[in-house]
Amino acid sequence: MKTVIDSYIREEMFPHIWCPGCGNGIVLGAIIRAIDDLKWDKDKIVAVSGIGCSSRITGYVDFCTMNTIHGRALPFATGIKMANPDLKVIVVMGDGDCSAIGGNHFIHAARRNIDLTAIIINNMIYGMTGGQYSPLTPTGKFGSTAPYGNIDQSFDLVELATAAGASYVARGTVYNPRQSASLIKKALDKKGFSVVEIISDCPVSYGKMNKMKSPVDMLKWIKDIAVSKKVWEGLSPDEKKEKYAVGEFLNKDRPDYTARYKEIIKKAQEMGGNK
Amino acid sequence: MNKLKGNIKLLQGNEACVEGAILAGVRFFAGYPITPSSEIAEGMARRLPRLGGKFVQMEDEIASMAAVIGASVVGLKSLTATSGPGMCLKQENLGFAITNEIPCVVVNAQRGGPSTGLPTKPSQGDMMQARWGTHGDHPIIALAPSTVNEILTLTIKAFNFSEKYRIPVILLLDEVIAHMREKVEIPAPEDVEIVNRKKPTIPPEEYLPFKPDEDGIPPMANFGEGYRYHITGLIHNYKGLPTSNSQEIDAFIRRLHNKIQKNIKDILIYEEYLLEDADTALIAYGSVVRAAERTVKLARKEGLKVGLLKLLTIWPFCFEEVNRLAQQVDLIIVPEMNLGQIVLEVERAAQGKCRVVPYGRVDGELINPIEILGKVQEEKNNEDCN
Repeated sequence: MKTVIDSYIREEMFPHIWCPGCGNGIVLGAIIRAIDDLKWDKDKIVAVSGIGCSSRITGYVDFCTMNTIHGRALPFATGIKMANPDLKVIVVMGDGDCSAIGGNHFIHAARRNIDLTAIIINNMIYGMTGGQYSPLTPTGKFGSTAPYGNIDQSFDLVELATAAGASYVARGTVYNPRQSASLIKKALDKKGFSVVEIISDCPVSYGKMNKMKSPVDMLKWIKDIAVSKKVWEGLSPDEKKEKYAVGEFLNKDRPDYTARYKEIIKKAQEMGGNK
Repeated sequence: MNKLKGNIKLLQGNEACVEGAILAGVRFFAGYPITPSSEIAEGMARRLPRLGGKFVQMEDEIASMAAVIGASVVGLKSLTATSGPGMCLKQENLGFAITNEIPCVVVNAQRGGPSTGLPTKPSQGDMMQARWGTHGDHPIIALAPSTVNEILTLTIKAFNFSEKYRIPVILLLDEVIAHMREKVEIPAPEDVEIVNRKKPTIPPEEYLPFKPDEDGIPPMANFGEGYRYHITGLIHNYKGLPTSNSQEIDAFIRRLHNKIQKNIKDILIYEEYLLEDADTALIAYGSVVRAAERTVKLARKEGLKVGLLKLLTIWPFCFEEVNRLAQQVDLIIVPEMNLGQIVLEVERAAQGKCRVVPYGRVDGELINPIEILGKVQEEKNNEDCN
């Protein structure tokens, strides 16, 4: 029997490349369910990604899709959206892709408040290349390039996106795919730059190096570290270091970049001239 | 020089590039400020919105190149402009555009290098970067105007080639022609030949986005027009999906090259000046052409049979034409503002049939006609001594 998911995927691309227990498929399912709820025209959806395991999502969905280069999905998407603001543009990135090599593009897309939806699958590690630490690896955790423990302080993407000027910011987890789908749906439907971070699992890299060898161990850990905003607010600073607040953090209305550029076109055409 | 007619304006080189791009139908520009190309971005910021086009100043050169590719995939003719340091940053995305056959034009107003180099002085140090800057085995088209008027005409050509052959085209200026002012003939829009990308004529369910027609070029559907397909920097099959099939990989890489090589006659633009009876040829491009033309005149006054081959298309290289020339003349001198880049191609093409001598200058100053003449005389004397 065909499911909702089946009508949105490129069957010929399967089996997918992801390892057993990987959270990417859960996020893919959540994205598709969110889009199906919105009843968007497939021909008008463009999905853009960078490089990494999570970025392979664009190959599996039956939209106009673009698997670009490492870290640069957002500027590609910016060109697409500027060129045709009627298109719905979704950008899927991993934690390294978005916050290390693509970190500058991330804050500038937020600053412009361009009408894109950025979905960041945060498994806290570079999975495809074998488990090196990323800017979202928690301090003290291990990676193949942090064999004695990670001394870096990690970014909080929710705070980063909010400070940089996004319109919508939320965080979900693969432990709770229904909540993730509903956050993604709201983000997709939001005019302006919207960001949803989904905390995900990489049992073969992150799990293996951090004493969570099975996908079940990892999901239990994610369940444990994810707390609601309300619970989060009651935690001490030390307790917060081990937890992630989950839910919607920002939802405000302000004109997106393409709307403001439309005003520029109007102004320029009224002023005229040919110099 | 050809006599100019029609609507004549005094324009700066970078302004002529803006005029040419607009005549060619540009509707998108993304860029980042850098000397000596910034006037192109400034012109585009003023002009594009009046035409309903879009301008965006991105956060860096990498993002500019990415945005240009994104806009082109949606169907807008797209341009970016930069100089050496920015050109370095654009290379990875340039490769993405080549492998996905996405039309776009990239201007490199060359300054002295390496590194920050000489931001306000001319150079021709990026000729080989234009050819091989991005990694992997790939083709490229690069054009090099030598006058402000040629900047306008070659900008139009650059867009036409990029649309026709589905390839990024690099327009190689240098600081001097980018900033100097000259008379430019602005053609009426109806007199400009415009080439637009070939679109699919079959229904979406039959469309294979990377299946070439007989000319080696696949029709290109713009995103959002009902043809849903995948674009990836991975080597891909006709469907645009990643492949590790060695036959498909081989056919793909060869086709990328062949679509340019098979059409080389259409792509090569060059001019010959007093070569009919010449025993010595200068081969020059970009602003050095201006000095070389003068050298030919001075040499002729002294009774020396010197002519000039002026290259407007740099890549692909005019191998056969140079080979023929090498069979006619005894000596080819290649003056260029580097220590010998295009002269290497000339040597390869000459295949030992005549002497090929470089003449390089890298002090940030233009090469002048007298010094080229001096080089001609010196080499002629060497011949006599031998």
